[in-house]
Amino acid sequence: MAMLEVENIHVYYGSIHAVKGVSFQVNEGEIVTLIGANGAGKSTVLNTVSGLLHPRTGSVRFMDQDLKGVAPHKVVERGLAQVPEGRRIFLQMTVEENLEMGAYTQPGSAVAPGMEDVYKRFPRLEERRRQVAGTLSGGEQQMLAMGRALMSRPKLLMLDEPSMGLAPLLVEQIFDIIRELHAAGTTILLVEQNAQAALSVADRAYVLETGRISLSGTGAELMASDQVRRAYLGG
Amino acid sequence: MLVFLNHLINGVSLGSVYAIIALGYTMVYGIAKMLNFAHGDVIMVGAYVCFFAVSSYNLPPLVGVALAAAVCTALGILIERLAYKPLRQASSLAVLITAIGVSYLLQNGAQILWSSNIKMFPAFFSSQPIALFGGELKITIAAIVTVLACVVIMAALVWFTGRTKMGKAMRACSEDKAAAQLMGINVNATISMTFAIGSALAAIAGVLFCSAYPILTPTTGAMPGIKAFTAAVFGGIGSIPGALLGGVLLGMIEIFASAYISTQLSNAIVFAVLIVVLLVRPTGLLGKQVREKV
Ligand SMILES: Nc1ncnc2c1ncn2[C@@H]1O[C@H](COP(=O)(O)OP(=O)(O)O)[C@@H](O)[C@H]1O
Ligand SMILES: [Mg+2]
Repeated sequence: MAMLEVENIHVYYGSIHAVKGVSFQVNEGEIVTLIGANGAGKSTVLNTVSGLLHPRTGSVRFMDQDLKGVAPHKVVERGLAQVPEGRRIFLQMTVEENLEMGAYTQPGSAVAPGMEDVYKRFPRLEERRRQVAGTLSGGEQQMLAMGRALMSRPKLLMLDEPSMGLAPLLVEQIFDIIRELHAAGTTILLVEQNAQAALSVADRAYVLETGRISLSGTGAELMASDQVRRAYLGG
Repeated sequence: MLVFLNHLINGVSLGSVYAIIALGYTMVYGIAKMLNFAHGDVIMVGAYVCFFAVSSYNLPPLVGVALAAAVCTALGILIERLAYKPLRQASSLAVLITAIGVSYLLQNGAQILWSSNIKMFPAFFSSQPIALFGGELKITIAAIVTVLACVVIMAALVWFTGRTKMGKAMRACSEDKAAAQLMGINVNATISMTFAIGSALAAIAGVLFCSAYPILTPTTGAMPGIKAFTAAVFGGIGSIPGALLGGVLLGMIEIFASAYISTQLSNAIVFAVLIVVLLVRPTGLLGKQVREKV
């Protein structure tokens, strides 16, 4: 069953036509990746799904319901969380407070168990829980951003370039965590420029080029495709 | 020495009023990134509501304050909804001009409703000051209540923003609205809440201000409004402790300047100090460096 169904969306910034008729779907239990170069429109797609941007035409359906006109904070309530590009954690708040904000839609009784789960997955965050998030390293900030999104117990987790700006060892760690989350039953939509890493974890993948999907298939298929190898995998 | 202490007490008391008003400026700035120039006039509305409740309807002063706070809360939410919310995406200059417009609208509205004749604000507190040191040190009840109110409000706000879910959401919104929305926070409701709190505080400040300076006219709020705005910038706009520090310092500078230098020049001295502080620390005493968004 398609958990998320994006159909022929066109998204504009004023007169700039950033997303030009994109369609894709994410089925329950999958990791789907959307790869593409800088400026291809990946973040625009995610922000449209989250309700921060509105498509001029086309539709976004989540769990068989149209998200048209649903405010971003209501989208979260329905079980759709996004880890935004650049992490966007609350730098002046503590690690713990960031996690509490992640649980904003949850009843108060769910905060402590949720935090326990996050700390189990990211022990580093527990060590730093009273620290202001701005003092964390890049990798720790990414972990916090992911932990924060998990606090809402999402059915679908969208990650926007989680490996951006991280050292190779940390990138590997982040992708291990993505695999673990998937194994634990979370459906994932992963946006990446790091095609190699993204395709290696993905069940299915879409290639986005200047606002259009140019290619799609299983992770393995795209990894083997000449077009992808040439454009994104360096030969 | 005792004269100095008297001035100090007056300065801290006046500064406490500025601080309470400055809190409204700074909280709204923190979250909506706008200077709500109508904030000073909300003070005036609060003072009028309390004035009529007590003088015309013979209600007890505390009920008058509660009514003023309720009316100003509603007014604050209404101003945000009608005047500022439609301009969320507009340039900051458009918002600034709108805020000035709202300020005049409130002043003129008050003139139409209540005329521009001076109303003498009733004395809520005994005018008999507490005399210490054989009467050389006089502390008015109003001054004590004002300082206490400021301390209680400050403590309540620190608790609210540091400990409650709504208060933390407010801080999250003031850091990054889009990220806050992605957490499931209703940003519009949070902004409304901020205006509500700021306006309720303005009502309380209005009553306290008029208890010290009992001449009530439709422009009563303008001067303390500007002073409190200055205090908020002085302390570091967006910072709650900064509003307290800025307010109290400003009140003291004003009283000392008029006592020891010149009454006529006291306002000019206040602003001169502000300019010097901003030259040395452009973000104000406790202001945070503005972080560039990636
Ligand atoms: N706020 C904005 N205003 C105007 N244009 C934008 C804005 N954000 C993105 N764009 C443009 O939309 C296109 C897609 O951007 P984006 O979705 O951020 O790409 P990606 O995430 O794939 O790097 C780019 O051409 C970018 O310049
Ligand atoms: Mg992007």
